[in-house]
Amino acid sequence: MSTPPIPARPGFLALELDGDGAHPAAWRKARHTPAELLDGTRIRATVLAAESAGFHVATFADGAVPGGTGITGQLNALQRAAFAGPVTSSIIVVPEVDTVYTEPFHVSTQLASLDYVSGGRAGWLVAASDSAADAAAVGRQTVSGAGLGREAADSIEVSRRLWDSWEDDAVIRDVATGRYLDVDKLHYVDFEGGGGFESGADAVGATYSVKGPSIIPRPLQGQLPVVVPAGLLASGRPSAGATDALLVSAPTPDLLAAEVAEARSALAATAGGAPAVIAELDVVLDARGQAAEGRLAELNAHTPWESTRARFVGTAPELIELLTTLLETADGVRLHPAVLDVDLEELAQLVLPSLRRRGVLAPVQPDTTFRQLLGLQRPASRYATARHGADSVLAGPAASSTAHQGENND
Amino acid sequence: MTDTSIGSGFVPSGQLQLGIFFQGVNSGTIWKSPQSGSQTDFESFRRIAQTAERGLFAAFFLGEGLRLREHLGRPHALDVAGRPDAQTMLAALASVTSHIGLVATQNTTYNDPADLAHRLSTLDLISGGRAAWNVVTTDNAWTGANFRRGGYLDHADRYVHAEAFVETAKRIWDSWEEGAVAASPAAESWSSPGSARPVHHEGQHYSVDYRPKLPRSAQYRPVLFQAGDSPDGRDFAARQADVIFSAHPKFDDALNFRRDIVERTLKAGRGANDVKIMPASEFILAPTPQEAREKKEWVRNLQIGPQQAIAYLEQFWGRELQEFDPDGPLPEIDPVVEETSETRGSGFHGAKARHLADQWRAEAKEKGLTIRQFVSAKTSRVDATFTGSYTEVADRLVDYARTGAVDGFNISPWLIPTGLDDIVNHLVPALQERGVYPTEYAGSTLRENLGLASPVRQDAGVAQEV
Repeated sequence: MSTPPIPARPGFLALELDGDGAHPAAWRKARHTPAELLDGTRIRATVLAAESAGFHVATFADGAVPGGTGITGQLNALQRAAFAGPVTSSIIVVPEVDTVYTEPFHVSTQLASLDYVSGGRAGWLVAASDSAADAAAVGRQTVSGAGLGREAADSIEVSRRLWDSWEDDAVIRDVATGRYLDVDKLHYVDFEGGGGFESGADAVGATYSVKGPSIIPRPLQGQLPVVVPAGLLASGRPSAGATDALLVSAPTPDLLAAEVAEARSALAATAGGAPAVIAELDVVLDARGQAAEGRLAELNAHTPWESTRARFVGTAPELIELLTTLLETADGVRLHPAVLDVDLEELAQLVLPSLRRRGVLAPVQPDTTFRQLLGLQRPASRYATARHGADSVLAGPAASSTAHQGENND
Repeated sequence: MTDTSIGSGFVPSGQLQLGIFFQGVNSGTIWKSPQSGSQTDFESFRRIAQTAERGLFAAFFLGEGLRLREHLGRPHALDVAGRPDAQTMLAALASVTSHIGLVATQNTTYNDPADLAHRLSTLDLISGGRAAWNVVTTDNAWTGANFRRGGYLDHADRYVHAEAFVETAKRIWDSWEEGAVAASPAAESWSSPGSARPVHHEGQHYSVDYRPKLPRSAQYRPVLFQAGDSPDGRDFAARQADVIFSAHPKFDDALNFRRDIVERTLKAGRGANDVKIMPASEFILAPTPQEAREKKEWVRNLQIGPQQAIAYLEQFWGRELQEFDPDGPLPEIDPVVEETSETRGSGFHGAKARHLADQWRAEAKEKGLTIRQFVSAKTSRVDATFTGSYTEVADRLVDYARTGAVDGFNISPWLIPTGLDDIVNHLVPALQERGVYPTEYAGSTLRENLGLASPVRQDAGVAQEV
């Protein structure tokens, strides 16, 4: 057996933690009762298991549940990630957050807050819902095609601007002048956008503006890394630096390696640094003395597994080879285990230790930020840079010149 | 002697509960002391929540303001500002606490009912039944400038809208049958078919067509707080809320407020004891009365410095007043605006500015107050401050418990993160000795710890309290 090539930069592994695993029948093989799925104890147990296994990143899906005879309940992903933040010390927490039926201002505030409660270990997995059910839930129209990309790009841009709207040193606590804030370091973002909704300006939220500044200081990382499924923004209008990592998917493991290589070369010329490439992989391993094929057949007998991702079904050594190969070109691989309770144990005992020994994986260190894991610098606020050129950034609004921040208690 | 009976079938519990309101904005929190900690680091929140839990506090309360406070057209520089999202922070605190209730102030105007109800359900489930929602409304376009819809709601409609929103949220929380989720992985299906009722609502401002994605929590659904003080706000609370975060801590006011709420609650078809009342309050405590008085002076000086005193008046005068001496009388010049503009939460929205200025000048003259003293009195809500030795204040609080004037106090600490230490270390034991404070948590849910009855699922819609 030949020694595999050592990648130029060690890669990382992410684990998707939603539900009981990626397979729609996973709950039947879980080591807890269905009623125990939707609580804090479960979040703590899974994220700690992922962290102690040596995963670098935990992701939390949102939006779609299998339904039918499968799981019909789901906790909000961002709050699961927030709960996971204080109980962990090294794993990066990345919730999926929709951009179509959410308020960009809330999304920005919530993600910035997640960065604080996780000590800078947060990221954002961008989603753009095309679901009619999601649209009906908030009484809005569905969005499709390029409209999804536009909504996503706009929401990302709003968050990016709001995260920069407090310069890093805006809180000055200057007792001599009585100022808690230096207001020259706070900025209105004046975003104008929208247009993903086909019906135009007459629909609720079809076009919108966001004034700013943010209601929370700049996130610990400055900018949270933004992870986007490949292709989502392609037909939109992403501004430079909108994306820090791309999720790349393909129908089979072989095609996945090719897709990753293609994405890598396509991105090579990206101005301002290419986003990281993360390969998406479903995983079914031999476990509990049962072959992976047999486990899969049993699960499929309950509910067929329809997934658009490449699927690995086999032994731990085979998976080690595949991941080693993928990490030669990909910066990271995100694993979607068929059954979390079962496959995670195999991954922890057999797969990750071997990959670490090979030097394929980046070391896991407490308090490493997501930006550091991705090899990204902590950026200066765009407004800090702009301020030296133009002094008009913070021209006051004409109306509503006074206000007391708080709630309406009348 | 004051008549302290409430009447109308109200039965005082004889007990008090405490809550902590981590403000994160405005002048109540001192930032100028070396002891002033971070307003955003998780450790500040963890420290104060765990201290509160050590003191058997019922609730940890976070506010929300969806636009950064401004002053004369720019962000306000002088006070603490910039705070984490309430629900995100509370979800994180749920993992490092075990009994304290987690109260998120959330707006009905700039949220969607299905999304907000889902997020509150999430908080309720991951905390084991400790979540609460403090329902607030906003109508102004100034806040709307941060949102897709912009300002769309008339001031007069805000409670109509809020009530439809809350009713919809309750139907969402009432959707899943008890035991809807399978007890065993060997079950036919994960949840029993038809066990979750879809929710439809067609309203003036929004429509909802939603299949809720979460079962009920250990306390059935989040507890509802409400803080409105206008007649509409009080009626809204009487119909919908479990707890009122009131602005009436002074003993006589508290009794009157209780009587008023009992009347309104009965009129709404609920029981006299169904709505709990926890006024906003501030405690300045020391071993002796004299030390407490000295401490109060220190606190007030740091809360309202000379710059803040001038800035406070500028809000109402609509112009800069830098030329005036903060330690002198109120300005004799008149405001340049006709009406005071959006001073949300302070109760002066739309006041006739000149009239207000005349009134204030007369008041300050009569009491012999300088600008700084006057503003300090206005902003600190003197009635809400309990100053004294531990035993002195504990004795005062016994009257509140005995009469049922309030069910407890929601305390705003003036220092973060150590501001609850003397309350938990000294006042709580003094209250326990007097038999008016719990010696252990009554249960694991907020509903249990507040002594609230569990809702019962309704056949056709909204759950009602029993």
